[in-house]
Formats: sequence, structure tokens, C-alpha cells
Amino acid sequence: MLQCCFSMVVLRTEGLKKRFGAVHALRGVSLELRRGQALGVVGPNGAGKTTLLHIILGLITPTEGLVECFGLELWSHRSQVLRRMNFASNYAGLPLSLTPWENLMVYALMYEVPRARRRCQEMLQRFGLWHLRDVPSRRLSSGQMMRLALAKALLNEPELLLLDEPTAGLDPSSARASRQMLRELKARRGLSLLYTSHNLAEIQEVADEVMLIWEGQVAAHMPTQELLRRYRSLEEFFFRRLRQ
Amino acid sequence: MNPRRVAAVLLRQVYLYRRSFPRLLEVFYWPTVDILLWGFVSLYLQRSQQGLAEFVAFFLGALILWDVLFRAQQGISVSFLEDLWARNLINIFASPLRAGEYMAGLLLISIVKVVIAFLVMSALAGLFYSYSIFSLGASLLPLVLNLVAMGWAIGVLTTALILRFGQEAEVLAWALAFLFMPFSAVFYPVETLPPALQAVARFIPSAHAFEGMRAVLATGAFPTERLLWASALNALYLGASLVLFARIFRYALKRGIIPKIGE
Repeated sequence: MLQCCFSMVVLRTEGLKKRFGAVHALRGVSLELRRGQALGVVGPNGAGKTTLLHIILGLITPTEGLVECFGLELWSHRSQVLRRMNFASNYAGLPLSLTPWENLMVYALMYEVPRARRRCQEMLQRFGLWHLRDVPSRRLSSGQMMRLALAKALLNEPELLLLDEPTAGLDPSSARASRQMLRELKARRGLSLLYTSHNLAEIQEVADEVMLIWEGQVAAHMPTQELLRRYRSLEEFFFRRLRQ
Repeated sequence: MNPRRVAAVLLRQVYLYRRSFPRLLEVFYWPTVDILLWGFVSLYLQRSQQGLAEFVAFFLGALILWDVLFRAQQGISVSFLEDLWARNLINIFASPLRAGEYMAGLLLISIVKVVIAFLVMSALAGLFYSYSIFSLGASLLPLVLNLVAMGWAIGVLTTALILRFGQEAEVLAWALAFLFMPFSAVFYPVETLPPALQAVARFIPSAHAFEGMRAVLATGAFPTERLLWASALNALYLGASLVLFARIFRYALKRGIIPKIGE
């Protein structure tokens, strides 16, 4: 059943350009992400990775180009599309004055999650935050906050998950557990992932394909397996490509 | 407009206030201080100026109604600032919530804050000065609605300006309403103002509302003309501020302001 759906394109961008005044943040990025596929986006700081994510999330309008999610054009079906996706970022906090339970309840309503209370409980238990459910989030460690952000990101059982350096604040065991869970969701539910990280080993572990963005352009895009055949590691690929 | 998503915006603020004693204090503290301080001042003035029998009624009525406008405005702009300070706007606007639904949620929060402040001030005015704002009779509701509408117009305008200019503009959330206060003739009749400022006051909805309130207290007559003027001006200003917010929101999407605001 899942296998037959792997060919379904969940995200397609075509010729995506974004200019902020004189700065060209993106210079024509095209990509396609299929159901159950994980695309790792790598690149140096300021390359345009986060701008790309923000455009796909509907937080920035592109200067030119198309974003299509689940076969629907993003800007004309914004709410419909965003209900089926979610995101977590190391840079976007959840309100610290609210408890983990309250934060999840607010977003459960916002994403129209059915049986919200049960779902929030499930997510808090899955991310090991159930015992902290009534503690103000400001008292959580940065790792626990990131786990809460991931719990919020999976609350609506998204078909497409956008992650911007999601394990940046996590200790190695929590980061590994998160990656493990994402791989499971990908395999079991056909979750598609668009993943940016500076942790190249992590991208190598999670992503089926890797895209290198350099000065707003796609400098390379290939399956992780092929990349590992041609280079010893993603790190070697990254530095050799950047030197070129 | 999806009611569940609008309710989410309201719920976020309910959780925030339920959990935060300083914020709760702010809801009750200023209305209490205002009514106690200015109530006793007006009592003193009434006793020393024997001819002004309605002085307390004029003054306390004006004070309570001004607070309605101010709380309505704060309910929108401070709630927006709460999301900005928490760097939560990125989560909010990356969700299915539409900008219009977010604004509708802020308007609901504003109603809750107005009701609380109004009840606190009315109760204290009754307790300490035997004054009832309900002596305004049938005029009270349209007067309150007009002041809420003007508070919303200022609140939406403030929010749009903060979104456009960032945190540097957050002072407007506390200051902008007071810019209208002298022209609103809250505590004195419009005719007290110099002729040029009287002309300005004609275009301020709250000036008509406060003139209407004084007319009710003085003559008991329903201030139809004043209320019609206030309603027409409010419809115009609230509509204009919502259009401005929508335009600035589109500008913010174009310039990538939302992910950066509050950083």
C-alpha cells in the first residue's frame, strides 16, 4: 500500500527565486520530494537553506517561482496545505510561559487535531515529557524544549515535515532517538522530510537525497547512496564541492 | 474563518494569563488604581466646589469608559507583543491559521479584557462612591461598543505598525491611545478645546462618545446624533486599520519580516 504511494510527489518547487533588495537569497531552486522520502539540505551559513524552508512554510513569498504541496499551489491553498505539514526549528521557540501541555493544546486546536487531549498526551509520552507536562516551559532544558518542538511538529500527523536544524540543542542520545523516530515514521507512515542541518553525519543518516545549496543555487543534488559511493562521507562531498 | 483556529489564539492568552500573576495583576491593578485615585480626587473637588453636583458622575463615567477604549486597544496590541516576545509568530503563521483568524482571536481576547476591567471598575465605583455606570441607561451599551470599536481601530493600527517597524515600535502599544485622549474630550467638553482642535475632535469617534455620555448625564436624553457620528467614524477607521494590517502583513511576507521579528 505504502510502496505504491512512494511515487506521489508531496512537494515540488520550480524556479524558486527570492530577492531581498540587492541580495539574491535564492536563484532558481527546483526540487521534488516524494512520499516517504527525506531530503537533506546542506550549505554554508547564508546559502539560502532557511529562506527555502520559510517559503515552503508560507512565511515568505517568493519573488518568482512555484511551490506546490500535495498537488496544490501553496499560496492559493495555504490553510489546506499547512494543515498537512508541520515544522520544527531550533530558532522558533514555543511560549516559555506556557506548560508543554498548554503549548501542545494550543497547536492541536490550531492544526484542528482530532481528539486533541489524547493526541497531546501521546506526544508528550513519546518524547519523554509527560512528567513535565505542567511545568512552565521556561524550566525545561534546551534539549527538552527541542523535544517539545518536535512533539508539536508531529502533533497533526503531518505528511510533510520541515526541520531546520532540529537536533541542534539535543544531547547525543536524544538526537539519536529523534533520528530513529523520524526514520520509523518515514518507513511506517510514509512521512516526507525536508531537513536542514549543519550536522553532516546526521543528514547522511536520515536523508535519502542530499541537496547542496550554495549562494542561493543548487550546487549539487544526488541520492545519499550515490554520494557515498563517490565520496567517503558527506563531509568530504561538502568541502570538495565548496572548493569547486 | 475557522472557529477552532480562532479559539486557539484565545486559548493561548487564557493559558498565559492564568499562569502569570504579574499579567493578572496588570488586568486588575491599573483599573483599581485609576478608579481609587481619580475617584477620591473628584470627590474632594466636588466637596470644595459645591455647585458641581454631577462632577463625580461625569468624572467616574468618563474614567470607566476611557478604560474600555484603552483595554480594547491593549487587548490587541499587547497580545500580539506577547507572541512577538515569545518568538512564537513563526509557529503561528507557519500553521494553517490565517492572518484574519489571528486578528479575530486578538479581538476576542480584547473583549475578555474589556469585560474584566469594566466589571472591576464598576464594582469599585459602586463600592467607594455609590456611583453606577449603569445610570447611563440604554445609552451605555452603544457608548461602550463605540469605544471598543475605536480601541480596536487603534489596536489594529498599532499591531500593523509593530509588524512593519519591529520591536522599536512597541512603545506605540502603550502610547498611541493617549495621543487621542486630549482630542477625545474625556474629562471636559469639546467646547473647552481651542477652535482648531474642536475641528479635529469632530473626526475622533471617542469625542462624540464622551460628549454623548455627558449629554445623557446632564439631560437624560439618548444621544442619537453623537452615536451615529461615532459609529460612522468607527466603521471607517476600523475598516481602514484592517485594510492597512492586511497590506502590511503581505509586505511582511514579501520582505521576510515574520521569521526575523523579535530576534
